[in-house]
Amino acid sequence: MTQPTFEAVKEGEQIPTVTLNCDSQRLVLWAAGSGDYYQIHYDKDFAQGTGLPDRITHGALKHALLGRMLHEWAGEKGRVQRVACQYRGMDMIDRDIAAKGVITAKRTENGRNLVDLAIWTEDPTGQKTTPGTATVALP
Amino acid sequence: MTQQKESLITDEMRAVIGKESEPITYEIDNTGCRQFARAVGYTDPIFFDEAAAKARGYRAIVAPPGFLGHPVMVPGKSTPRGPESLGFQTSLRRVLNGGTDYEYLDDVCSGDVLTGAMKISDIAEREGRLGQMLVVSTETTYKDRAGKTVCIMRGGFIRY
Repeated sequence: MTQPTFEAVKEGEQIPTVTLNCDSQRLVLWAAGSGDYYQIHYDKDFAQGTGLPDRITHGALKHALLGRMLHEWAGEKGRVQRVACQYRGMDMIDRDIAAKGVITAKRTENGRNLVDLAIWTEDPTGQKTTPGTATVALP
Repeated sequence: MTQQKESLITDEMRAVIGKESEPITYEIDNTGCRQFARAVGYTDPIFFDEAAAKARGYRAIVAPPGFLGHPVMVPGKSTPRGPESLGFQTSLRRVLNGGTDYEYLDDVCSGDVLTGAMKISDIAEREGRLGQMLVVSTETTYKDRAGKTVCIMRGGFIRY
C-alpha cells in the first residue's frame, strides 16, 4: 500500500473502490458487530411483513464500508476524520456494494492537511444508493 | 390537485427538540473492535492485534470508523435509549435509518469508556415512496473519561 500525501493527491482524483458482497452471513456478522438486531436485515418473513420485498442491507454497514475504503486509502499515516452519508436507496440482500470516492477539495486547518471527498456506494446496476461526504487527514 | 394532509409533527414533538438525554456509557473492548472490523471486511491488523496497533503509534487496538463500542446494558437498570427516552412519541411504528455522520476529534481505541448524550436536533416530514414519513435528526456527543469530546455522531432516522 502506497502512502498518499497531501501534496501529491489532486482534486478530481478517484480513490480505489472497495466492494463487499452483502449476503445473509455478512448481515448477521454486521448485526453482531454493530449491535443492530432489527429483523428486517435477516428475517425474510419479518422484512416482507413490513412491506419490503426482502431483507435489506443495514445502512450503517454501507457507512462503515465507506469508512473502510477511506481508511485503506489513507494509509498508515492518514486518519479518517469524518464520514457522512445518507441512505437514499435500499440495497437488497445478496448484492455487491461498491464504495467509491472522489477528491473534491484540499485545505489546511489548524496545521492539518485535510482532503475532502465525495463518497458513495453503488449497487450492481450503478445506482448511487448512499451518497455522502468525507474528510481525511493526510501527511 | 393535491390534498392538504394533516401534519405528523405535534407540539409534543417540537417540545423535545434540543433536549439532551441522560448520558449512556459505551465500552470499547478488543472483541468489539475485532468483531466490527471483521463484519466490514477489514484486514488492517491495527483493528485486531494490540502489538500491531502499538507499532503504528496507537495506545491499543483501534476502533474502526463507525464503531464507538456497545452501550452497557443491565436489564431493568439501564438508561432508556433513543428518542423515546426524551419523550418523543409517534404512532408510526416502522423505522429506517436515514443517514449517518461521524466526526472524529480523536482516536478511539480498545479500553476507552465513552459517554454519549443524544439530542434531537430537528424533526421534519416528507412524502416518500413509503407514504408520509417523519425524519428525525439526532446529534450524539461522545466524551472520554476526562470529559473531552472525541466524536460527534449526527444521525437521522425515518418513521413511517
